[in-house]
Amino acid sequence: MGERGVTAEQPQTLIEIDSLTKRFGAFIAVDNVSFTVAKGEVLGFLGPNGAGKSTTMRMLAGFMIPTAGTARICGHDVQTDSVAARRELGFLPEGAPTYPEMAVTGFLRFCAKIRGYKGSELNDRVAHALSLTGLQGVRLQPVETLSKGFKRRVGLAQALLHDPPVLVLDEPTDGLDPNQKHEVRALIQQMAPNKANVISTHILEEVDAVCTRAIIIANGRIVADATPAELERRHPSGKLDDVFRTLTIQNKDAA
Amino acid sequence: MRNILTIADRELAVYFATPVATVFIVIFLILQGTLTFNLGNFFERDQADLSPFFTFIPWVFLLLIPAITMRLWAEERRQGTIELLLTLPITQWQAVLGKYLAAWLFCGIALALTFPFILTVNYLGRPDNGVIASGYVGSLLIAGAFLSVGAAMSAATRNQVIAFVLSVAICFLFTVASYSLVADFLSRNTPILAEVARRIAVLDRFQDFTRGLVSARDIIYFATFIGFWLFVNTVLVEQRKAD
Repeated sequence: MGERGVTAEQPQTLIEIDSLTKRFGAFIAVDNVSFTVAKGEVLGFLGPNGAGKSTTMRMLAGFMIPTAGTARICGHDVQTDSVAARRELGFLPEGAPTYPEMAVTGFLRFCAKIRGYKGSELNDRVAHALSLTGLQGVRLQPVETLSKGFKRRVGLAQALLHDPPVLVLDEPTDGLDPNQKHEVRALIQQMAPNKANVISTHILEEVDAVCTRAIIIANGRIVADATPAELERRHPSGKLDDVFRTLTIQNKDAA
Repeated sequence: MRNILTIADRELAVYFATPVATVFIVIFLILQGTLTFNLGNFFERDQADLSPFFTFIPWVFLLLIPAITMRLWAEERRQGTIELLLTLPITQWQAVLGKYLAAWLFCGIALALTFPFILTVNYLGRPDNGVIASGYVGSLLIAGAFLSVGAAMSAATRNQVIAFVLSVAICFLFTVASYSLVADFLSRNTPILAEVARRIAVLDRFQDFTRGLVSARDIIYFATFIGFWLFVNTVLVEQRKAD
């Protein structure tokens, strides 16, 4: 990935989340969440299980319909202009689902065709995505025969295929071994400067490693939005773990 | 259009990458063969036509087509790939049509493989091949009608068995709606429903085709039928995709 654009550019806001709310019956999964992410930012989206991380990301990707509020990707509303919004988005759903019976290249070629590539450009895109994620060695294998780490990389390759300005990854390192985690983080850091990135995780060391900013969400509400360093200062111990615990447990008692 | 074809292409490849295609085609051909030659008295009738073949087609489809369609959306949900598919830059309508077209094309392939029946009847006598051709068009349309019901049912539930049973039940209702047993019962109790049942029945329309009658009315009927269920399918996908 080479340098793109003018160096003195103002940071562009690429993701706008505007009072998103999602209710399932009486349960409020996401409660009036708003934030923006600019180009070059890597936003760590943190929270306990069931806090509303995946639900927010699914609404951002246009997969879930919000009860209220909306989101915009590069200015395109995800509900009224959803195809245009999704064209600018690389999305890794939770668990990195892929079609198990398809070969890695077959799957990526399918995604590339849907993204409108054809001919030699399509081949180049697929080859580039394979090399970014280190999948060349297994490119002809059906996805179902791959290990968990490789499957995750296939999902990542699909999200990176079209070099999208907005990258949303739902737990990209979940279930990977330490080496694989390291590789994925390195990949994210390499891609980050040219994109607006949102990464959900509950591995707090990851926030220190890759994120420029962190949002902590508990019971559907944002309880903190700051840089990792600022967050660490909020607890005498200076550990993100303790900040996280204080913020998310306090909130539960208050609710 | 390109997106629809890309999705259809992928879907069709999956049929042939898994044993689904082989099992379906083999069972379909065996069933059609036995039913036509044995139960249908193909040889004893001493007539050069394929009417025993076409008599059994709707019933064989009634059993086998829901087996193809039950996995259409339910499988995407089980694998979680629905989240991937529907967050690609395509409309839901394109996903619905792409999947449907692949299933229809697959049924077309299965139907095309029944060509030995045409060869047999042409070898034994001088059939009216025009009637046979219109019978095949009718078979393709009835397959399309059942597929549209099955696809919608697959989007309605994440359980494949429920999707199968519901589609068989709905297709069965549309098939028997014009039977005299049903018609008599309805006209005695609710004459209005009897009229409705007669008009929405699939089997009467299909029989026009097997008699060599291709009418705009029947084609409009099938187009409306399929269009309606594809619309239901799209609405169900939209409503239930994230459940």
